Amino acid sequence: MVTATPLEAELMELAGAVPDPEMPMVSLAELGVLRGVHLVGPGRVQVELTPTYTGCPAIETMSSDIEQVLHERGIAEVEVRTVLSPPWSTDAITAEGRRKLAEAGIAPPRDMGGPVPVTLAIRCPHCGSTETTLLSRFSSTACKALRRCDSCREPFDHFKEL
Amino acid sequence: MSAAIALGDDALVLSQRLGEWAGHAPVLEEEVALANIALDLLGQARVLLSMAGDEDELAYLREERAFRNLQLVEQPNGDFAQTIARQLYFSTYQELLYEQLADGDSEFAPLAAKALKEVVYHRDHAEHWTLRLGDGTAHSRERMQLGLNTLWRYTGELFEPIEGCPADWTLLRSRWQARIGSILERATLALPEGARHTAWAAGGGRQGVHTEPFGRMLAEMQHLHRSHPGATW
Repeated sequence: MVTATPLEAELMELAGAVPDPEMPMVSLAELGVLRGVHLVGPGRVQVELTPTYTGCPAIETMSSDIEQVLHERGIAEVEVRTVLSPPWSTDAITAEGRRKLAEAGIAPPRDMGGPVPVTLAIRCPHCGSTETTLLSRFSSTACKALRRCDSCREPFDHFKEL
Repeated sequence: MSAAIALGDDALVLSQRLGEWAGHAPVLEEEVALANIALDLLGQARVLLSMAGDEDELAYLREERAFRNLQLVEQPNGDFAQTIARQLYFSTYQELLYEQLADGDSEFAPLAAKALKEVVYHRDHAEHWTLRLGDGTAHSRERMQLGLNTLWRYTGELFEPIEGCPADWTLLRSRWQARIGSILERATLALPEGARHTAWAAGGGRQGVHTEPFGRMLAEMQHLHRSHPGATW
């Protein structure tokens, strides 16, 4: 591992601040999908991005948004590479990212911790009740499931564990 | 034969078939679920076909005989129960195959490790519906059993070794049979009988031999790109 130069660290921060195109309340850094920013030559930068799901269509918008902010910072050539390994996990979402998801009405994923997934209850992001029911394993985007709260009766999205 | 093409074609063709449910699924939640599964498979197909060449050329410009997918995935959707039967057979196969590939060190390991987590949700979805339809009403049980029986003859081909794909096919077959057997038992359904490994079994997809409905599916999938080469959104 090569230590990042001050410029790389600055660019990483800029790229990391780009909002997720489908859940703009969280940034790419908070989502944990930005793997690295490397200066490969004068004015040439390579960015490593990992998809949440293999077929996630947001990755193309993320790439062009990153290119745009780095161009604006004066980097002429930006290449965004998609890396699959190690696979992204919902554990990569930062604590701040989880807080923002919950604030926006999306129940954050539970911590997978080790190889055995935990089976803690999923809390309703509206009223905080732990009595919730799964309506569908698939929801508005590949990464979410649809649930309903048994206490306040509101439906909500749950960022499902991966 | 390139193993990336065989695995990529499985994902691409099933993705296209599942996409045909858009606007026709029995309930909105299923509409969304089947489209989500199709999207995951399309993502896998893009990675796998890109390992073998240009993804668009491979998807849109090959003739039927150049596709190396299993005949199972090209079968028409039928009713919802038949689609679930196809999902159960295929997602169980894909989960077990990707588990092996993810543990290995072949070129497929990173994709398999990544996609495995998605495929677990696909299998879970198919398993729940199989239980619900099988252990549901007499009518849902009959339709589910019919779907399973109809597609059974295409399942022998799943365990035909793919050159360049480092998997233990005998182990894959025994695990697949055990898992399908256990799910069907819980769903009060019968494991279909009939040919899977005899002259009567269907197969040949890996050699480019396909069933009649596949040509029509390809025509629909490819016509836009062939009529307007290089078209983009």
